Amino acid sequence: MTETTIESKRGTENEVLANLPWDANAPLLEVDNLQVEFHTRDGVAKAINGVSFTLDAGETLGILGESGCGKSVTAQAIMGILDIPPAKITGGSIKLNGVDLLQLDEKTRRHVRANKIAIIFQDALSALNPVFTVGWQLAELYRKHSGASRAQAKAKAVDLLKLVRIPAAEQRVNAFPHQFSGGMRQRVMIAMALALEPDIIIADEPTTALDVTVQAQVMQLLADLQKSQNMGLILITHDMGVVADVVDKITVMYAGDAVERADVYQIYERPAHPYTKALLESIPRVDMKGQELAAIKGLPPPLTQLPPGCSFQPRCRFAKDRCTTEDPPLYDVPGNRKSACHYWEEVFNS
Amino acid sequence: MSDPAMSLQEGPPAEQTEPAKDANRSLWGDAWYELKRNPIFWVASTMAIFVILLAVFPFLWTNADPSTCRLANSREKPSADHWFGYTFQGCDMWAKVVYGASKSLAVAALATTFTTIIGITMGTLAGFFPGWVDTIISRVTDIFFGLPFLLGAVVFLQLFQIRNVWTITTVLTLLGWTTLTRIMRGSVLSTKNKDYVDAARALGATNGHIVFKHILPNAIAPVFVLSTIALGGYIGAEATLTFLGVGFQQPNTTWGLLIQEGQPYALQGDPHLLVIPCAFVVVTVLAFILLGDALRDALDPRNR
Repeated sequence: MTETTIESKRGTENEVLANLPWDANAPLLEVDNLQVEFHTRDGVAKAINGVSFTLDAGETLGILGESGCGKSVTAQAIMGILDIPPAKITGGSIKLNGVDLLQLDEKTRRHVRANKIAIIFQDALSALNPVFTVGWQLAELYRKHSGASRAQAKAKAVDLLKLVRIPAAEQRVNAFPHQFSGGMRQRVMIAMALALEPDIIIADEPTTALDVTVQAQVMQLLADLQKSQNMGLILITHDMGVVADVVDKITVMYAGDAVERADVYQIYERPAHPYTKALLESIPRVDMKGQELAAIKGLPPPLTQLPPGCSFQPRCRFAKDRCTTEDPPLYDVPGNRKSACHYWEEVFNS
Repeated sequence: MSDPAMSLQEGPPAEQTEPAKDANRSLWGDAWYELKRNPIFWVASTMAIFVILLAVFPFLWTNADPSTCRLANSREKPSADHWFGYTFQGCDMWAKVVYGASKSLAVAALATTFTTIIGITMGTLAGFFPGWVDTIISRVTDIFFGLPFLLGAVVFLQLFQIRNVWTITTVLTLLGWTTLTRIMRGSVLSTKNKDYVDAARALGATNGHIVFKHILPNAIAPVFVLSTIALGGYIGAEATLTFLGVGFQQPNTTWGLLIQEGQPYALQGDPHLLVIPCAFVVVTVLAFILLGDALRDALDPRNR
């Protein structure tokens, strides 16, 4: 491919993005009443039933919940990489600076990815192509989108590796993914996400596959980069310990619902939903040594057959008759918070 | 975890002290490294190269002309001057075997090339586009699988008046592409669900980029292994079809024809007429099977 065609490609990609009706006053990302279903052999699984949240530039949002509650599906829906079918987005909107991404055609959507929103996956080894060097993968990504020459792209790859603090970046750029340690691989993933300077980074359990000391380093790196580049960061995790230091606000998800939304300090201090409360109680603490660790009894309900009423009710110690029949709306809680529990006051004051 | 700022000030994180491992080797570089150390690979490739040299440069190996035959020499036994003896028609057996290699190998090489190209293309299409593309390709391969190879080959070859390298290659390709298509489809299906494909898509890669840069390089190894083994198989198939009278015809020289010609005399005191051409077929087929095995061992990381 000649330089001129690359330039023209870059031109069209930028033009397409520039011509979208961006609204500078709208929130950076606004997810409103998002609903996703999976059509499976066992019936329709309601993976997400009306999740809403907003994210501003420079802000970090934690999405919290146990396995299978719809965290990753939310991330994939925002990125537009859900497998459709079996998945189907049945309602809601995902607005980036006022532009509803769900209304864009696939080609425009592709330009939005990487340029505007990027994602970091949980397992960096499987998220990197084993047959190419990390430098090649970084350079190719940059070259395809920016129209840079091969030499420029290679230099950019080294810069990106330096940005994520990989030592001896000039040499490591020619190494293959399997030659990196787990933490270093996750840094490479972060470098790939940062390559085109996106406005938003979604990190889907970025530290789950790492050991604890490396977790802290990677989280701190993410937080530093987010601050210095003034990006929005969505941190998806099931580990309440990981998010506490880094995030500004939290959305707690359960069985496809956003059950509680609050600032990080409020939620740790005084949860307003029984599920959040139970999650907090199940964190091991040094001062509770020797005592039994509180656990949430039972399992989340299968998404193909959600119970009537509140989906947490079978496991909830605050549940009353009303919970089995009436699906709780998002109640306003003092402090600009939300909780999907009929008896949030009881939880709040307990 | 409690004081993440501290770990930053400590300078280089502990994990990065990991020494640079041996030379940066790609998957294919690694496979070559593995192959080089496998004695079976060297034995098999020596045999294969020998046969290829016979086929490409037959004149280097014998001074005798395979078409100058004297009936006086008919069925003469192997001797010090003529190690492989003479054929029924009184031709030098060694010259016949040497000159017979080219057509057998040409058919096998062409059939392998075509089946591999078709198999990779069809398999990738079927694996990458679920839905009607996959359904059509998979059902067509099912139909071809229902057709017994030998019966199909005999029936199709009967249709051709002229049976040369191209007609036999066409029939072998027609009956052989389905296996590779299935293997490729399965390989693409499993590669497609890898995280790096999702990651590439999330980073705005086009379908073409995903197929050529992420799926093909990672999915193609099993097809190469099978193609190598199939090459030996096609040599055997050509010999079989020619022996049955639907492959090459006289006055061509191929291994199949030599077997056909020598077979009636094998039990009449002249086993060399049958054994020698058969031995060449067997050794060649074996060479490519062993080569395929060595390739599979080298490409499959689970064996290490």
